Amino acid sequence: MTGSGWKEIGLAAGLVILAAFVPLVTDGYWLSIAVTAMMYIALATAWTLFSGPTHYISLATGAFFGIGGYLVATGMSDYDISFWVMAAVAPFVAVVLAAIVGAATLRLSGIYFVIFTLGLAEMIRGLVSWVQNNFLGSRGLYVLTDFTEAHIYWMLLIIAAVVYLIGWLIERSRLGFAMKIIGNDEGVAKHLGINTAAAKVALFMITGYFTALVGVVIAPRYSYIEPNLVFSPELSFLVVIMALLGGTQRLWGPIVGVIPFTLIWETISVSFPNATTFYLGLSFLLIVYFIPNGFVGLVEKLARRRQG
Amino acid sequence: MTKPGRTLLKVQGLTKRFGGLVAVNNMTFDVHEHEVLGLIGPNGSGKTTTMNLISGAFPPSDGSITMNGQRLSGLAAHQIARRGVSRTFQLVRVLPGLSLVDNVVAGAAFGYRKRWGAEAEQFARGLLERIGLGDHMHLPVGSLTYIDQKRLELARALAGEPEVLLLDEWLAGLNPTELQEGIDLIAELRREGRTIILVEHVMDAIRSLCDRCVVMNSGAKIAEGTPRDVLSDPEVIRAYLGDE
Repeated sequence: MTGSGWKEIGLAAGLVILAAFVPLVTDGYWLSIAVTAMMYIALATAWTLFSGPTHYISLATGAFFGIGGYLVATGMSDYDISFWVMAAVAPFVAVVLAAIVGAATLRLSGIYFVIFTLGLAEMIRGLVSWVQNNFLGSRGLYVLTDFTEAHIYWMLLIIAAVVYLIGWLIERSRLGFAMKIIGNDEGVAKHLGINTAAAKVALFMITGYFTALVGVVIAPRYSYIEPNLVFSPELSFLVVIMALLGGTQRLWGPIVGVIPFTLIWETISVSFPNATTFYLGLSFLLIVYFIPNGFVGLVEKLARRRQG
Repeated sequence: MTKPGRTLLKVQGLTKRFGGLVAVNNMTFDVHEHEVLGLIGPNGSGKTTTMNLISGAFPPSDGSITMNGQRLSGLAAHQIARRGVSRTFQLVRVLPGLSLVDNVVAGAAFGYRKRWGAEAEQFARGLLERIGLGDHMHLPVGSLTYIDQKRLELARALAGEPEVLLLDEWLAGLNPTELQEGIDLIAELRREGRTIILVEHVMDAIRSLCDRCVVMNSGAKIAEGTPRDVLSDPEVIRAYLGDE
């Protein structure tokens, strides 16, 4: 174990404690922004666990997130199951889906994987809408709980902290090292004795689990759930953009991408509610063109320049 | 060199068809422990395909490969690596995003004799020193010269302490000075008693390094024996130079 590793996790723990005080010093508008930011921090960090080392851009975030949110809503609305039971069950449905997707896409690489995950998320959205409209009656689903914004914020903070801790542990494990090698040259990885398929699917399942868990926890905030809201392709793209803006080579990268972008996105959504897709595309282009390695890349370039 | 020992690797009736093309046709040969076996032949004769079949890059259409009586053919590449077969690639493939030490640790962490953590790093440093990269340990991989990248790849292949090492044209593309260094390096591995299968075009290397050679042409074995014998075999000369 290196000293910098402990320093990193110590710093992260300090930030988590600081972040826990946010609901005590503010409420209303800024707390609602903080909840949104914390949701994206958890999502983007979970996304980076898999997509960071492998460079496989996954657009399945909306699908996993939707499974979490939608199952909680169905369970509570239609079957009177408690929130906590659904919170325990729903993420495992996402894990099963991640395993199936992983197994199905092992032979796909690069752009094909991106398209597959996008298509999958859209297919699930369509399927759930269709089932609901034709068999369950097209009524909405309600998620009624006693949670306040502060409760939701703290739950998201715990998820984000756990995801970060898991990522930190994976980075120091053989699995993390295997993922780095896979990201460099998957063919070589196989010949070094790495079961690349198992490693990739394992990571994708972890990402799926936590993405769905975020969907579960955020559901009470929406209170009224319909498939198009939670199986959102926009969400999938936003998570990719935020993670890339921060930089995916470091675990803390997505966090520094999420915070400014949440504020920018909030401004855009309020000022130009009908042109969000346009701005989404524009931000994507600008980030990929001007800061391809994100803030992490910029910071490390500056650090190198100061050293050399 | 150490005396060649028992049969380690057995290739029997190995065949690979790509559609209608038979790239490897009914190859049969043995590799003995502590032996350097040269797999030679003109371009396109199926040498690299044979190496790819042994290392499990793709499965054979027919035939079998066994090591110590265990079947390797039909296993995935990572399973074959874990059973003790390491390789380098015809076009060098180092891991550019990793440090030199991590490149070598990559070979130790998942391979035949597994090492991890501080032990693996120390082992990797030792290998880098031995292979002649001791002074470059802190350089980025991208700044290495071609032969140094080849050295690094070799260190990575050795890091799992394989039973059999596959070197696919490891000496190709080196200038004369580098070539001599490269030959010396492999000669040292030979003296250590390692079992090596070598695909090679450089005749000097074949003569000085190989205990035995298997000669391929159009996917099939046309000769087998000591380098001196096979290189004077009329059929081998015809395969390399044509009929006249």
